[in-house]
Amino acid sequence: MKDTLLRFSNVSKNYYGNVVLENINFEVRAGEIHALIGENGAGKSTLMNVLFGMPVIHTTGGYEGDVLINGEKVDIKSPYEAMHAGIGMVHQEFMLIPGFTITENIKINREITLPNMVSRILGKRLETLDMIKMNTDARKALDTLDMGIEEFTLVAGLPVGHKQFIEIAREIDKSGIKILVFDEPTAVLTESEAHNLLNAIRRLSQLGIGIIFISHRLDEVIDVADRVTVLRDGQLVTTKEVKDTNAVEIAQLMIGRSVTIERVHSDKRKISDDIMLSVKGLRVGMPGEMVRGIDLEVRKGEIIGIGGLAGQGKLGIANGIMGTYPARGEVIFNGKPLKMNAPHLTIASGIAFVSEDRKGVGLLLNESIELNIAFTDMQINNGFLHKFAGFTIKNYREIRKHAERMIKDLDIRCKSSLQNTGSLSGGNQQKVCVARALTQKPQFIFVSEPTRGIDVGAKKLILDLLFKLNEEYGMTIVMTSSELAEMRSICDKIIIICNGTVAGVLTPDASDADFGLMMSGSRIRNAGDAALTDKGGI
Amino acid sequence: MTDQANTSVLRLKSPGNIGIATLIIAAFWFTTLIGAYFTGISVQTLLSDTMKRAGMNGILVLAMVPAIQSGTGPNFALPVGIVCGLFALICAIEFNLTGALCLFVSIILSIPIAVIAGYAYGKLLNAVKGSEMTIATYTGFSITALMCLVWMMVPFTNEKIGWFLGEGLRETIQLGAVDAAFIINNFMAFKIGEIIIPTGLLLIFGFFSVLVWLFFDSKSGIAISAGGINPKFAQATGLNIDRNRILANILSTVLGAIGIIVYSQSFGYAQLYTAPLMMAFPAVAAVLIGGATASRANVLNVIIGVFLFQGLLTTALPVANEIFKGTDLSEVMRMIIQNGIILYALTQVKRGG
Repeated sequence: MKDTLLRFSNVSKNYYGNVVLENINFEVRAGEIHALIGENGAGKSTLMNVLFGMPVIHTTGGYEGDVLINGEKVDIKSPYEAMHAGIGMVHQEFMLIPGFTITENIKINREITLPNMVSRILGKRLETLDMIKMNTDARKALDTLDMGIEEFTLVAGLPVGHKQFIEIAREIDKSGIKILVFDEPTAVLTESEAHNLLNAIRRLSQLGIGIIFISHRLDEVIDVADRVTVLRDGQLVTTKEVKDTNAVEIAQLMIGRSVTIERVHSDKRKISDDIMLSVKGLRVGMPGEMVRGIDLEVRKGEIIGIGGLAGQGKLGIANGIMGTYPARGEVIFNGKPLKMNAPHLTIASGIAFVSEDRKGVGLLLNESIELNIAFTDMQINNGFLHKFAGFTIKNYREIRKHAERMIKDLDIRCKSSLQNTGSLSGGNQQKVCVARALTQKPQFIFVSEPTRGIDVGAKKLILDLLFKLNEEYGMTIVMTSSELAEMRSICDKIIIICNGTVAGVLTPDASDADFGLMMSGSRIRNAGDAALTDKGGI
Repeated sequence: MTDQANTSVLRLKSPGNIGIATLIIAAFWFTTLIGAYFTGISVQTLLSDTMKRAGMNGILVLAMVPAIQSGTGPNFALPVGIVCGLFALICAIEFNLTGALCLFVSIILSIPIAVIAGYAYGKLLNAVKGSEMTIATYTGFSITALMCLVWMMVPFTNEKIGWFLGEGLRETIQLGAVDAAFIINNFMAFKIGEIIIPTGLLLIFGFFSVLVWLFFDSKSGIAISAGGINPKFAQATGLNIDRNRILANILSTVLGAIGIIVYSQSFGYAQLYTAPLMMAFPAVAAVLIGGATASRANVLNVIIGVFLFQGLLTTALPVANEIFKGTDLSEVMRMIIQNGIILYALTQVKRGG
């Protein structure tokens, strides 16, 4: 048994009563690569924030339980203290200064200096940099990573793979580094760069550094990690030796839920064979949600789910088709090609959109509910306008009447239709967004993250509403969501997006393992694995 | 989201949707009125002057609304519109028009000129998103300087607008010479006691106020406002934000042009050369005092603001001069109030315009 470097003992954390971590017991040994796995929102980031003493933890009441380093209880209050305790992090986004050399970036704020005339009088801050020593140190760090690049190269223009290595070099150059956290280090790397990185991580662990490896890519975890810990909904599901488990089991543990939303059934639904929306080669430049060539077909009357992990591109699809982000590709709606990047034409053709960014894109927060509901229809279809004194102005009475009907139909809880949407609860704001979409009388609706930031009761209402629209009015729905459970409750099929492309299509009753594997992109990589391909081939 | 949150906290809200700043200024004005009474200044004259000055400045202040609503911030480039209006007025005089016809023709003539200038200015603003207010201020300064050359070189020959000797136009052109002074002021004007009501002036201000109000209830107006509050929302709805911003700034420039014509006839003079340089600032201050923010304004803010601001200037200055005899505090106070209010409003702007 090797020494335990870091131990979390019964760590819990809540944000204003909302429990995000519950009794986590977790340890990292010296020289071990310990993978931390979980869906978005499972608590990985919060756990790391506790470790680094991030202000967000301490300004919200701190955490319960103990963090022990080398068996001693520590109370890390700031990232600076974390650094002194020997904890380092390799960031997903690079924190490098492009105009500086590699050495300068590695040594920034920890420069080695020599005294000179001026500094003797005016203090240490004016000492001369000892470039020779700094370069030697940088060289040593780079050599540890087996990186041949010259230490005096400028960072600007280096490939992302190299930048990642410089980040790591900076961390290992800090003396006394004991624990190094990698937060999705391979997310932005190419296959070969990722391979090099994994080798470097292995080498670091051989130096006795404890490594926490956070990744969504299960095959990497299997490849590199010694042990794996799975978090789900703020709870620690299990910690296992990697050699005793496999990708299928990890996926299952990651997805599996104690609470599921009951799947609804109805005989009244009509799904026609006509293709209503056909998308070919869609590419969308949505930052953080890039879509890199997607084909999909939606039949009239269907409810389609689009799932996948954050940052893989699922949100880009609806945004691209609706023209909120630049898009390329062929989209045919009701037999007619849609012009891309022309939102007004898309809306006018009968497609509505409920955005995932409710407060940013979805609503005018300082305007009334009724204006929010009527807005799009007024602008695109010239609804709710009338002539007054030679001017075509908005028809207050019609807007009021319609808004009041919507408030009643969708059960929007508000004081009056004049209340500002900014003062409504999340669920009611979402209903206003849906009401606006419905006011356009669309045949087809994109709904993105319909239940994000909404409490459990309201979630059910929103899902029921969507299902009712489909059932009673035959509205075709494409729902993009991070919550598998809700998609499984109403969708006919679920398309999983990984790395900007379609990873596969699953039925709602497919197993947890299938979803987990497909979301983490393992299916594509392990295509040869017979056991996997048998299970969910659609 | 942050954009919207910012606009909501721009101004401390008091009951009834009137800003704290507005209430403070109103209270201050009321105090100076009482002060005037005790120092023996005629309150009735002060009220007459307030009404006259509010009327003559009203349309210039109104020009702030479209610009603010479209998200480009207060129109610090109001001199663009002003020089268009002045140019039209000079043209009308050059054509030997007099009286009401002179004013009417100059208003009609100013519109196409201001539309073209406003379009170019709108294009400019779209190219500099995020720093509209700074660019606008210097656009105003630059156009004023440029027009100084034009006033010097324009080959107009009418002796009423030219220097007695040499080339170029006069700095101050008397509108009385073409019977165009005070025409709107005196239209249907009447007296209540000693208070003169400049009916025509108030009517024309009211007329343009209603026009602007109606416009912002129209489809285009609502689209402009939405683009100003939340560009992402507007874009997702398929609105052409850039076009709307240009439209709003055309409207603002046209109002500036018409505004200066109304202003000049009430003043009795058309002032050329560097006179328009600082004219945007009292208009910006007025609309802000009326409760507008750098990103939200409506016609009510204009009406409240212009009466309060002009009222304060007309009242506070003679009172201050009376109390602190022998000093010239009035101009200092005007500067403090006007620029203080603008400064206050600008500190509330979190980013961009």
